Amino acid sequence: MPLVPHITLDVAPGSWTCLLGPSGVGKSTLLRLIAGIGDEAALTGTLTASDGAQLKGRVALMAQSDLLLPWLTVTDNVTLGARLRGADPQPGRAAALLEQVGLTDHAAKRPAQLSGGQRQRAALARTLMEDRPIVLLDEPFSALDARTRAQVQDLTAQLLGDHTVLMVTHDPAEAARLGDAILILSEDGCAAWPAPPGKPPRPVDDARTLETQGKLLATLRGSI
Amino acid sequence: MTRIANVVASICVALAFWQGLVILTGVPRFILPGPALVAETLWTSRALIAHHTVITGIEVLAGLALGAILGGLTAIGLAASPIARNLVRPMLIFSQAVPVFALAPILTLWFGYGIGSKIVMTLLVIYFPVTSAFFDALMRTPQAWIDMARLMGASPARIMRHIRIPAALPGFASGLRLAAVYAPIGAIIGEWVGASKGLGYLMLLANGRAKTDLMFAALIVLAVCTVLLHAAVDRACRATLDKNA
Repeated sequence: MPLVPHITLDVAPGSWTCLLGPSGVGKSTLLRLIAGIGDEAALTGTLTASDGAQLKGRVALMAQSDLLLPWLTVTDNVTLGARLRGADPQPGRAAALLEQVGLTDHAAKRPAQLSGGQRQRAALARTLMEDRPIVLLDEPFSALDARTRAQVQDLTAQLLGDHTVLMVTHDPAEAARLGDAILILSEDGCAAWPAPPGKPPRPVDDARTLETQGKLLATLRGSI
Repeated sequence: MTRIANVVASICVALAFWQGLVILTGVPRFILPGPALVAETLWTSRALIAHHTVITGIEVLAGLALGAILGGLTAIGLAASPIARNLVRPMLIFSQAVPVFALAPILTLWFGYGIGSKIVMTLLVIYFPVTSAFFDALMRTPQAWIDMARLMGASPARIMRHIRIPAALPGFASGLRLAAVYAPIGAIIGEWVGASKGLGYLMLLANGRAKTDLMFAALIVLAVCTVLLHAAVDRACRATLDKNA
C-alpha cells in the first residue's frame, strides 16, 4: 500500500525546509527513507543531491527523542559517532560544541541529570559533531515546553545555519518561525507554501510570521 | 532498620515454633532435633563444618564465574548471529528438558570425584538463566539507538560493543542474581552423587549416621551462605552493571 502518493520534494541546499502535515501522513517515514534507515517502508523513486554525489554518509538525523545513551556522560554521548566508527573522538571539538550549546558545566553529567531542554541541546551537539552537510530533524522540539522550545529553536537555527536542513513538524508556528521554505505534505501530495519574509529564526511575535502560522493552521485543519 | 527488625522477628518466630514443636510432640532427636541442639552442634562441629563449607564455596564461586563468562559469551554470540540463533537456541531449550540431576553421575565419571565435576555441575545449573536473561536483554535494544548508530556509520560489531552490550548489562545482572541462588544447588547435587568433601557430602554422611543435628547445622550454614552470596552479587551488580539502566 502506498504510504505517500507520488511526490516531488525539493530541498534547497544550505537552507532550512519545513515539512508540515497532519499526523499519520508519513512525514517521519519519509524522513527515515531519506536517511536510509526506513526499513518499515520502501522508497520507489530516486534521491539525488545537488552535487550529484550519493546521500549515504552525509546525513545526520535528530529526532523528538534525544536518544542519549543513559550510561554515557554528555561528552561521551557527543563523541559517540567517532567511537562507533573507530575514529578519533576529537575531545577538543566536542568541548567547543558543548560550549556553543551552553553545556560546558554539564559535560561530565549523565543524561538523567539534565532537563529536557539540556538533553535536546546535547543531542544537537552530537548531531553537529557528526559534521554532515544534510541534517534531518524529526520534530526535535515537540517534547519541550514553549519557552525552552523557543530557546532551543533559536540555538539550532543559529548553529545549523549553513547546513541543508529538512525538518518534519506538525506545528505551524515552528514552520513559520524556522522555514526558509515550507512544504505541506497531505494525501494528495506535497505542496509549497510561501514562507514569511525575513531570515529565520523569525521573532516569536513577528506579525507576518504569526499570520503565516494562522493560515497554515487553517489549511491543515481543512485538509483533515 | 525496620527491615532488619522484621527479619529478626520472623526468624525468632520460626525458631520458637520449631522448638515448641519438638517439645510438644516429644519426637526423638534423630528425627527432628530442636534449634538449641542444632546450635550446639553448629558450635562444637564448627571446624568440621567450616572445612566442608570452604570446599563447597570454592565449587560455587568457580562455577559461578565460569557460568557467567560462558553464558555471557553465548548470549553475545546468539544475539550477533541469526544463524547461531537458529542452530543453537532449540538445542539450548531442549537441554533444559534434561534434568541436571540425571547428569550428575556421568559428570562424576567424566570429571572425577573431586571438585571438577561439581564445578561443571554448578556451571550447567546457572548457564541457562544467565544466557537467557542476557540474550533477551541484548535482543531488546531500542531500534532508534541502532538506527542512529547505523546512520553514524557504525559496523554491527561496534553497535554490539558500544550500544547493545552496555544497554543489556542490567539484564545480565538479573541473570547473575538468579545464578547466585541456583549455583549452590548445583554444587550440592554434585556432592550428593559422589564426593568426599563439601557440605552436600557432610549432609549425606550425617543423615546416614542419624546425626540429624549435624545435617541441620550444615543445611543452615548452606542457606545462610546462599543468602550472603546473593546479597554480595546483588550489591556488586548495583554498583556496576545496573548503572546502565
